[in-house]
Amino acid sequence: MAELSRVPTQAIPGQVSRGVAPRGFLELRDLRIHFPTDDGLVRAVDGMSFSLERGRTLGIVGESGSGKSVTSLGILGLHNKRNAKVSGEIWLDGEELVGASPEAVRKLRGKKMAMIFQDPLSAMHPYYSVGYQIIEAYRVHNDVSKGVARKHAVDLLGRVGIPQPAKRVDDYPHQFSGGMRQRAMIAMALSCDPELLIADEPTTALDVTVQAQILDLMRDLQAEFNSALIIITHDLGVVAELSDDILVMYGGKCVESGPAVDVFERPEMPYTWGLLGSMPRLDRVRTERLLPIKGTPPSLINLPSGCAFHPRCAFADRTGGASYTKVPELLALGGGHPVACHLAVAVRRQIWESEIKPKLEAAE
Amino acid sequence: MVTYIIRRLLATVVLLFFVSAVTFSIFFVVPRIAGSTPETLATRYVGRAATEETVKLTAERLGFYDPVVVQYGRWVKGVVAGTDYDYGAGVEHCPAPCLGYSFITRQPVWPDLLDRMTVTLSLAIGASIIWLLAGVATGVLSALRRGSVFDRAAMGIALGGVSLPIFFTGIVSLVIFSYGLGITAPGGSFTPFTENPAEWAYDLILPWITLAFLFAAAYARLTRAGMLETMNEDYIRTARAKGLKERTVITRHGLRAALTPILTIFGLDVGLLVGGAVLTESTFSLPGLGKYAIDAILNNDLPKVMGVTILAAFFIVIANLIVDLLYAVIDPRVRLG
Repeated sequence: MAELSRVPTQAIPGQVSRGVAPRGFLELRDLRIHFPTDDGLVRAVDGMSFSLERGRTLGIVGESGSGKSVTSLGILGLHNKRNAKVSGEIWLDGEELVGASPEAVRKLRGKKMAMIFQDPLSAMHPYYSVGYQIIEAYRVHNDVSKGVARKHAVDLLGRVGIPQPAKRVDDYPHQFSGGMRQRAMIAMALSCDPELLIADEPTTALDVTVQAQILDLMRDLQAEFNSALIIITHDLGVVAELSDDILVMYGGKCVESGPAVDVFERPEMPYTWGLLGSMPRLDRVRTERLLPIKGTPPSLINLPSGCAFHPRCAFADRTGGASYTKVPELLALGGGHPVACHLAVAVRRQIWESEIKPKLEAAE
Repeated sequence: MVTYIIRRLLATVVLLFFVSAVTFSIFFVVPRIAGSTPETLATRYVGRAATEETVKLTAERLGFYDPVVVQYGRWVKGVVAGTDYDYGAGVEHCPAPCLGYSFITRQPVWPDLLDRMTVTLSLAIGASIIWLLAGVATGVLSALRRGSVFDRAAMGIALGGVSLPIFFTGIVSLVIFSYGLGITAPGGSFTPFTENPAEWAYDLILPWITLAFLFAAAYARLTRAGMLETMNEDYIRTARAKGLKERTVITRHGLRAALTPILTIFGLDVGLLVGGAVLTESTFSLPGLGKYAIDAILNNDLPKVMGVTILAAFFIVIANLIVDLLYAVIDPRVRLG
């Protein structure tokens, strides 16, 4: 982990050059996904920009409602055009997806980019056998006979660690255990060797022992396929386990991003501090309380003025009022990673070192 | 699966016994409790001018003096094994399933029922195919284009369809299409399919459509609601994420799941209808089971009433059985055993 590649996945600070194909494999430029509702415009994703290379893993973290899943569904083009307004650019391997025809995006879905969903029980069709669902995914994009596709499905099930795959291929989802269902779901996503794999809370519905197995599996498979992997989660443990890079989302925006080590060791945004403080750790003294973030995630219809996090931020007063009025830009300052915060670089680093870190590491 | 079917069939037999016992009690026991004597029961079947002697004789021949259990036992024996009837003037054998002889016409009930059944079956099967196709198609389209002009128009018409009784829509359509335009049969006629299929369809087309309209309206609303719910399921998102064509997503993943509850109701509806589409048959004067039942009840013709009740119950139970079996085929989570 010490020798991190220096072409990290990163949020792109400042202005982005529009309309020009990037060199990166996946690049989001100022992606906005808004849902007009009767109560007002829901700005679920409001200006996301990042890039990701093949073979690397990006962890997107944030509370529920911060726009993580909406972003990923947006990349796959799964939002209903009738109720979602998508703007910005999504470049995948030189192709722009936001402006592309739905048919063109459909052909990429499942083949070039695939998704692993959160709850494998509800995400698999209860009426079709696991094998059928994998075969279906394979045959949409590959003109092969049912026999060949079936053999492929059995192979895949074996590869994701389902015992007796030739037999279990005909089982229905309800005959699988939770962990096996998630494995089958992964097999389904991998059926066409996707180059971009998005896992939306892949382990949330699983018990802890199975979680570890699934994480191991995903790491192995990613190494094997050399695909780009996006892990969406609110579980920092999962991110720490898998990610090369981390992107923290709040209120539909990226508030901090960088190499995993940097973000874990030298977080600069108060929200990230809060996330770290909320993480239960065995190495902390029992009597020590968790340090939850006070308040609740903001309404995406009426985001707080200025920095969306300011009503919950303990340090908003130290910015001379800027937090209340001005939306902070995502900037990499003082040789650090990109952070969207009005606290001066020196100030926030000092707060982290002297106020936050000691509390988190009280037991060490 | 096989044990399940056998068990269900056995349960069906028990249920039919139960239904027959209840029906029997309603017509033979309840009047006794209410104060009728065998003689007063028999009076209905001998005409007004009968002597006391004739009444007693009739009551005896009809077995009204025997304990109710014996009377019921005799009825059951007739159904299962057939029975011999003593007319006084001679003995007539009534083969199984013997549902007795009409008190009024003295004709055996079963051949009559068979006759009427072809009419009702023709009506129910034709109408059910129309309403299933029309209702489901409309419902699916409405769900996919929620809020569109089509959706609103279809749901408006559907609301009318479920609200308007058949004796209204039936008569209006008769007036327009049969008497006005003269393009459909004016009702009252029935040609068996085996004799002349074209004539058969011509006679039934208007009753079919009228009956189907009522049901199609309900099915369209049900299908629409089911599709709206199903298309929001996670597995539909998964199907899309796999890159399936939208048509495949809708039919193979959405509709298949949305149809399951429709199927249950469809089975029950068809079962009910086959037992007699009373209003439709009356409106179009079709000689079906429903009309038969009404006539029988109005005439106090108990063997006919018993016969048609048992037959209707039989159809409903069988329809339920078929639905349950189909359920297991459609939804693998339903394990039968």
